[in-house]
Amino acid sequence: MMGSASLKNAALAIAAGAFAAGILMVAQGLLTSDADAAIQPALKLQPVASFDKIKNKSQRAVALFQEAGKVINSPRCMNCHPATERPTQTDRMRPHQPLVVRGEGGMGAPGMMCTTCHREANFDSAGVPGNPKWHLAPAEMAWQGKSLGQICEQIKDRKRNGDLTLAALVKHMAEDELVGWAWSPGTGRTPAPGTQKEFGALIKAWADAGATCPKG
Amino acid sequence: MTQLTLKINGQSHSIDADPDMPLLWAIRESVGLTGTKYGCGVAQCGACTVFVAGQPVRSCSMPVSAVGADEITTIEGLKSKEALAVQKAWVKLDVPQCGYCQSGQIMSATSLLELNAKPTDRDIDLAMNGNICRCATYVRIRAAIHDAAKSLEG
Repeated sequence: MMGSASLKNAALAIAAGAFAAGILMVAQGLLTSDADAAIQPALKLQPVASFDKIKNKSQRAVALFQEAGKVINSPRCMNCHPATERPTQTDRMRPHQPLVVRGEGGMGAPGMMCTTCHREANFDSAGVPGNPKWHLAPAEMAWQGKSLGQICEQIKDRKRNGDLTLAALVKHMAEDELVGWAWSPGTGRTPAPGTQKEFGALIKAWADAGATCPKG
Repeated sequence: MTQLTLKINGQSHSIDADPDMPLLWAIRESVGLTGTKYGCGVAQCGACTVFVAGQPVRSCSMPVSAVGADEITTIEGLKSKEALAVQKAWVKLDVPQCGYCQSGQIMSATSLLELNAKPTDRDIDLAMNGNICRCATYVRIRAAIHDAAKSLEG
């Protein structure tokens, strides 16, 4: 016969096992769907020189931005430029699990900050991405649900781009460490197309050509 | 394997560990503090929550080598006034059911009260929804956090 203390211990052990098993089932489901969505060959970017044949400066700028838009529209960038206060995640761009919000400075809610899970670097064994500057874009920099033309106008607008000049915007796109994470996103995530250097060159060429935006 | 020194709950612990080992395993297996629980291993449940440099962290998703010289606080070392208020409220309202997730819940609740002395229901939900409770004690958890906040008003 088991004593009441033994019975209680056995019940606790079963409950603890059930808890861990349940969480693992949920987590494995999430990870499986991530993997299914993430097996995508990374797209390439056309080099700036390939746009030289477009002699009209404004048309060349539009074409350059459309090429750079392959990066801007990538889930690696879009996920943290959400239309709501909640980011998305994975190549499927599903709502972030667990529920997190932008919060003050894009750093999450008190008690559930980005840094609660996302640390200095990707931690592939737990499937958690990371970067020293990990945070959400502010609401005025929301990209999801917008056309490439709308995003283009938005990122040029100093009232909505963190008061960046075009030169500073080019530098941000070409050199910012968190932007650069999009090309080193860790196992199971499709990197943004091309390289950050190629992307930065496209944005610079777009700015040099007059920074005309695609229509619509 | 690398020799690392972890400062946990005010004490230094020297361990030999793979630098990529999750902090959780260093705490539980190398140091022997088993109050912090393994739930999912992928930062989805919050059972492994500890403080690193005073901030809540999912110890399953942080490599032990990334801790550096930062102080780690586990459930065994919680002693702030907010932590004591949370623990009293947990007992008063009989919050746990199976109890497996409770160390993570208490860590997160304590962090919330250290940052926000008078949280609303929404504040609590936003801070705590990364801590899953398979027994669904969420209503009692929220009530206990309100109770702890009230007790801290003096």
